[in-house]
This record gives sequence, structure tokens and C-alpha cells, in this order.
Amino acid sequence: MAMERRGAGIKIEGLRKVYQTASAPTIAIDQIDLAIEPGQFICIVGPSGCGKSTLLRILAGLETQTSGTIQVDSSGWAVQNAMVFQDSGLFPWMNVETNVGFGLMTRGVDKAEIAVRVEEALKLVGLTRFRTHYPHQLSGGMRQRGAIARAFVTNPGMLLMDEPFAALDAQNRAILQAELVRIWEATGKTVVYITHSIDEALMLGDKTVIMTAHPGRIKQIIDVPFQRPRDVIALSGSAEFAALKVDIWRVLEDEVLRARKELNL
Amino acid sequence: MSSTFEKLKARSLYFISPIGLLIVWQGLLMAGFGDRRFLPAPTDIVASFIDITLTGELKDHVSATLWRVFAGFFIGTLPAICIGLMMAMFRPVRIFFDPLISMLFPIPKIALMPLLALAFGFGDASKIALVAIGVFFPVVVNTFTGAANIEKIYWDVAKNYGASSWIVFSRIVLFGSLPMIFAGLRIGIAVAFIVLIAAEFVATKLGIGFLIWNSWNLLQVDMMFAGIVTIGLLGLVFSLILDGLERLCIPWKAR
Repeated sequence: MAMERRGAGIKIEGLRKVYQTASAPTIAIDQIDLAIEPGQFICIVGPSGCGKSTLLRILAGLETQTSGTIQVDSSGWAVQNAMVFQDSGLFPWMNVETNVGFGLMTRGVDKAEIAVRVEEALKLVGLTRFRTHYPHQLSGGMRQRGAIARAFVTNPGMLLMDEPFAALDAQNRAILQAELVRIWEATGKTVVYITHSIDEALMLGDKTVIMTAHPGRIKQIIDVPFQRPRDVIALSGSAEFAALKVDIWRVLEDEVLRARKELNL
Repeated sequence: MSSTFEKLKARSLYFISPIGLLIVWQGLLMAGFGDRRFLPAPTDIVASFIDITLTGELKDHVSATLWRVFAGFFIGTLPAICIGLMMAMFRPVRIFFDPLISMLFPIPKIALMPLLALAFGFGDASKIALVAIGVFFPVVVNTFTGAANIEKIYWDVAKNYGASSWIVFSRIVLFGSLPMIFAGLRIGIAVAFIVLIAAEFVATKLGIGFLIWNSWNLLQVDMMFAGIVTIGLLGLVFSLILDGLERLCIPWKAR
């Protein structure tokens, strides 16, 4: 089945973010140039402190860059982007339904339409039965499903995900990765996905962007050749997958070691 | 089954300390320790409590005090919650109110009674104002602390999902600070009784404070204790009401 590629196109040029700290300015990211095609699933990997979250937060509009430009073509989309956070960020005082509809409520969508779209989104992530539960009554995995539904329901041009499954146990992570791929393949949105796991980047993405630390720069961009639709579980056991993983690890290894040395670890 | 038993055990433990205290108190007086004219036995207190309940005297005092507590609590709490939330949302508001609150909070509010009597007379108005001022400070500080400690991720979600200031206020800041607001209300209700009873000692002919002070002047010590017990009972009732309200307003809290 040929998949329709939809979503926002993103063009990032010369992006730089400098934080003013008490002692000296810290360059979080520098010289970031990246073109993302509509509907692409981009994974960004790098050692901790490489500024990958900063990059995502700038894309999300939560922070502003020091210099450089981001052009997003999200024409035809209800909203430009929606973010999924590492810690679900579901509001504890709203039940699942209200949480999922939050991004629609803030944009003044009328109640009847919210109900219909929330219903769909809940079905998509398998939370229909838990619609009236509060987040504290759900497992970590279910909360992340809720967060994903909340993002998808707004019909964003791009989906920004900041290590959304990092806090989950291995089984839940595998299940949710497979689900995310399924949902993404059905909707074909542009996704920018931050992770520190090479496995995750290779299983999910079309491209893997490898970043260096201090300052965060793009070291290499690798095309992930695995065909779609993907069976992520089977894929992660294949020889091809293992070989590519070793390649990437070689690139990343230098960076991790250099970062550790700089931090005197 | 065993959990019901455990609960029952915990419940009965809850009553052991007050009942034990009463038994020891009664026992010591009956054994001849202490002077019952100055330290009445629990049974004497209960007797005079029932007595003033039946004559309707207690009802008049209690309703006078309760009216002042309710009115003052309401008048003090509403602006305290609004200002506390605004302080957390808008920096200029915080900068404006911060020195005022820091300066005025530690002043014993009962010290303001003469001033308030001058402004509002010796009727209910001055006492209601005193309660309102007393309640205002713990509630505003708790509300602000609660709102300021809402986790950063919720602000991020709100911003990323396009929430207006009004939605941030009404759907996030207000709810996120509710647990701390309730903590503030608990302190507030205690403060309300503390300042009001003290004010009623001097500036009125009606109220539980007057009952206590007047009974002491007339050396009706059992009556004085009846007044003290009444305050304790009212405190318990208010605490239970707040428990219920909290459960109603914060259904998402894991218990």
C-alpha cells in the first residue's frame, strides 16, 4: 500500500542557541542545518547535553533561538506542531477525555466536535475504556498513550516527541514503539523524535540525525533503509539492523567519550 | 475483611488519647487531687455545657461567633486566593505584593483590634474585619506557594497547546494550586478562631470569647471550660467540613 506522505515541511538554517549563565555563556546548539520533508520521521540521537531537547523546544515554540531561522510549511494544518513530553504531562486534575481534548478546547473548537475527535483519538491509542480515569489511575504506558492522543487529536503539521518512552519499562516501550509506528504510518505526519537510544532511532525513523555535544552540532545524518510498513519487533532482530547499529555507535562513541572527558567523568 | 478490622483498630486508637486524658482528669479530681472550684471535673463541664445549651445561652454565643467567622473567612479568603494566583502568574503582581505581605504577615492581628474598633465601631463589623485580615495572610501565602510550585511541564504543555492566559488561569493554575489552597484554608480557619476569641474577650457582650472571659470573671470555671470545649468541637466540625470539601474539589488526588 503506497503511503500518502503528509505533514509539515521544515527547513532549519544556522540555528544557534546560547544560554547566559552566571559564569559564562553556554552554547547549547550551534550551526544546525536540517531539512525535513513533509511526512518524514526524523530521529535525533546524541549524548546527553548535546542540546537535542533544546532544538525540539525551539521547534515547539517553548524557547527562542539566539540566531538562525526555522521555516515551517504547515499550510493546511489546524496547528503547526504538538509536543509529546518525556513525562506525559497529562494534567492530574483532568480525566483522560478532558486531557486529550485540551489542545482543541484551547483553540475554541466546539464541544460536539471535540467529543467526536477525542473519541477517535482514544480509539486510536486504545484508551476508550479509560476515558473517565484520572492520570494517577493509569500506568506509565497508558499515560503516554494519552499524551500521544492529545497530540494527534489537534491534527498538527508536525509531531515533536522528546524521549516519550524513556521512562517506560522495556516491554511497554516495545509495545508503544510498535503502536506509534502503526499510528504514524496511518497518518503520515512529520515527526521529530528525540531519543538517546540508537535502537529506537533505527526502528522508528526514516533518518537518524547524530548530534555532537558541547556545543550541540549535527555530526552526521544517516538514511535508515528499512522498508515500510515496518514490523519493529522483527526488524530489531535482523542482521542488517545490527550492522547499522554498530555503524552509528562508532560515530556516536567518539562523541560520548569526548563529552565525558570534558565533564571530567 | 482484615482491612476493615485494621481500619476499626486505627479508629479506636484515634479516640484512646482524648478519652484517656478525660478519665485521668476525672479520676485525679475524684481522688482529691486539685480543687474542683478552679479545675472542674469533665462531668462538671458536661453538666454546665448541657445547662447552657438548654437555656439557649450557648446557642446565642455560638451563632454570634460563627457569623463573624463565616463572614470574615469569606471576605478574607476570596481576595487572598485571587491575589495568590495572580502573584504566581504575573511577575509585576508578585513584586508589588511581596513586600507588603512579608511586612504585614508577622504582625499579631489582634494588635489591630483597637484600630479596627475605631474604624468600624464595636459591633460585628470590626470583628469580621479582624477575622478577614487574619485569614487573608496564610491563605494568600499558601495559594501563591501552591501556584508557583506547579510543575514546569504543565506550563510548557499549556504554551505548546495554545492556551490563553484565561485558560492557563482557570484550567491549570487554579486546579494545580488547590491542594495548597486547602492547606491555607485549614490554617486560616484556626487563625480565624484564635483572633476572634481574643477580640471577643474585650469588645463585645456576645460570642464564645465573651462567654469564656465573663465566666472567668464570675468564677464560673465550669462554664468557662464549657466555652473552651465548644471551640474545640467547632474546630473539629470545620476540619471535617474541609475534609469533605477537599474530597469534592480534588477528586484526582490519590488517597
